[in-house]
Amino acid sequence: MGSNPLIRDLTSREYKFGFVTEIEADAAPRGLNEDTIRLISSKKKEPEFMLEWRLKAYRHWLTLVEPKWASVHYPKIDYQDIIYYSAPKTKSDGPQSLDEVDPELLATYEKLGVPLKEREILAGVAVDAVFDSVSVATTFKEKLAGMGIIFCSFSEAVRNFPDLVKKYLGTVVPYTDNFFAALNSAVFSDGSFCYIPKSVRCPMELSTYFRINAADSGQFERTLIIADEEANVSYLEGCTAPKRDKNQLHAAVVELIALNHAQIKYSTVQNWYAGDKEGKGGIYNFVTKRGKCLGKNSKISWTQVETGSAITWKYPSVILLGDNSVGEFYSVALTNHRQQADTGTKMIHIGQHTKSTIISKGISAGHGGNTYRGLVKILPNAAGARNYSQCDSLLIGNQCSANTFPYLEVQNSSSHLEHEASTSKISEAQLFYCKQRGISAENAVSMIVNGFCKEVFRKLPMEFAVEATKLLSVSLEGTVG
Amino acid sequence: MLEIRNLVVSINNKQILNGINLTVDAGQVHAIMGPNGSGKSTLAYVLAGHPSYTVTAGEILYEEKNLLAMAPEDRARAGIFLAFQYPVEIPGVSNAYFLKAAVNEIRKRRGLEEYDAMEFLELLKEKTRIVEMDPALMNRMVNEGFSGGEKKRNEILQMAVLEPKLAILDETDSGLDIDALRIVANGINKLRSPNNAIIAVTHYQRLLDYVIPDFVHVLFNGRIIKSGGKELAFELEAKGYDWTKDRSETTQTEIV
Repeated sequence: MGSNPLIRDLTSREYKFGFVTEIEADAAPRGLNEDTIRLISSKKKEPEFMLEWRLKAYRHWLTLVEPKWASVHYPKIDYQDIIYYSAPKTKSDGPQSLDEVDPELLATYEKLGVPLKEREILAGVAVDAVFDSVSVATTFKEKLAGMGIIFCSFSEAVRNFPDLVKKYLGTVVPYTDNFFAALNSAVFSDGSFCYIPKSVRCPMELSTYFRINAADSGQFERTLIIADEEANVSYLEGCTAPKRDKNQLHAAVVELIALNHAQIKYSTVQNWYAGDKEGKGGIYNFVTKRGKCLGKNSKISWTQVETGSAITWKYPSVILLGDNSVGEFYSVALTNHRQQADTGTKMIHIGQHTKSTIISKGISAGHGGNTYRGLVKILPNAAGARNYSQCDSLLIGNQCSANTFPYLEVQNSSSHLEHEASTSKISEAQLFYCKQRGISAENAVSMIVNGFCKEVFRKLPMEFAVEATKLLSVSLEGTVG
Repeated sequence: MLEIRNLVVSINNKQILNGINLTVDAGQVHAIMGPNGSGKSTLAYVLAGHPSYTVTAGEILYEEKNLLAMAPEDRARAGIFLAFQYPVEIPGVSNAYFLKAAVNEIRKRRGLEEYDAMEFLELLKEKTRIVEMDPALMNRMVNEGFSGGEKKRNEILQMAVLEPKLAILDETDSGLDIDALRIVANGINKLRSPNNAIIAVTHYQRLLDYVIPDFVHVLFNGRIIKSGGKELAFELEAKGYDWTKDRSETTQTEIV
């Protein structure tokens, strides 16, 4: 197909969000040692327990080696060449309202399509915008506070709700979990914190827009969401980063905790800069995301649309501890040009009659490499556990690749597991057929890809589904001649 | 409507068509017949703009425009329709969605307003009757799990919805049982009008029992070696293609 005039090698597509905001940054010196961590902690005016935790994580990190098992390839990362803290300089201690936010910063969000003010009014989305490392504006906080919902930056939570943070931080992803989680635990600079009290259904989608701006700065945000008994919350996360020649590291940690009868739905649209078509630049997205269904009948659902990043390494997982708890993972991962993705999930069934569903859709175009890696583990006590997995790959062109590595470990005989997998290819014959009916090749690809992803898009909140569909078409531009 | 002049076409450096001349006017049905490998399907594909074929000489005028300069989707939007011999399956895309996208592209080109979902479903329901097709099939994915006969019917249904000016039917009769053939042929006949033209590529004369052609052309070795009226099809059926081949050799000898 490569020599074919219909599906040709990929042409360049410009990264729409590749602009740099000129803002004076308050940054830590390059490199990582205990002083860097103390500096971060003091900049954030953290209580002692937080610093202690960071230092423990750092000391543990020093004993670890970077994992090499993923199907991704990249040059060695020099962890001493990264700026671990970068905050936009503000005249006062921080903006009290949107009016006090640097207009240039707000303009950046405008370009990203997240006009905070408009979103406030039109969409009813409370946005906790993380710009580099400091939360610049948190909207709708008051309305939510009236219901007892806490939605704020992680730094604020550490200062204002230390007991909650202390109780849950690291209980799902301990700093000993893996190399990148340990690094994040040591140096995380901000992120989002969310607590939904008992029996409260959060009245709006909570949303965070992450963005990496400063050159050579890693972004290590940390998110913690707790849904108390019978609480219900839907959380949206969107990510973009400016265009730079150098690779940037993004090592985030997300922890979700659902108590009895609670439900958390976490949706991500990730569009970090993917590098140019030769693979220069782009974000290394090494993320640990995990939820714990702590209570009975609780439910955690991950939906992700991954179209960006040079390398994606993430496995949003669910530990199904409570009886009858439910874990879900719906994923679309697209790799174009030289992008690599090794992504999937882990469903750990511990409680009885726990259920999990995995729907993974991998799309590879150009020289992209796409790997699904998933673990379904059913422990001896998880009587009557059920899992359904479906992993589909779609190839566009003949220079890309797709792998599926399903790991299944079943330790009792009353469980039920199903696994389905398929690989298909957008063929030249399909494209010609569409064209002969008047449909352009790009629309045809977009149509086929959207059809392929339908099951996952259906799980996204409405506005996100529209955005994801558009993003996918943009990401696929130039995949056919 | 269509004028093919001295068309020479090759694929992978192998010459398939060796100088085709053919004129098709609105309101006409032309049958192209010929043995396997004579170049019938190649001619159909070239008219639709398939990228695997290279036109090395000659020209094609469609409504006085240079057809060869047009991209396949532009040809489709300008009213050229190819009923495929082997329609492809498109998983994940429903027939209804696909056809709505197609018809709206064509309507856009014709300066007509695009159909909204309701109007389109109404139209689709009406058109499925022409080929006696279960409208429920429209919610299934394009050709996925369709029988050979259903696929062919689906092609004619698409033709009915898209209302082409020039329809090229590439062995639409192959693989059809007698009943399906009759249904498909009736569908084609309902779509005949003084404003459009049909080129029916076929092996056998049996489709032509139902869809009566105005002209029959015999293609052999990439050339039209004989043209005539509908009676030529019967003659071919009775005498076989060898009869025309012999004649063409003598004709050529005489010319030499």
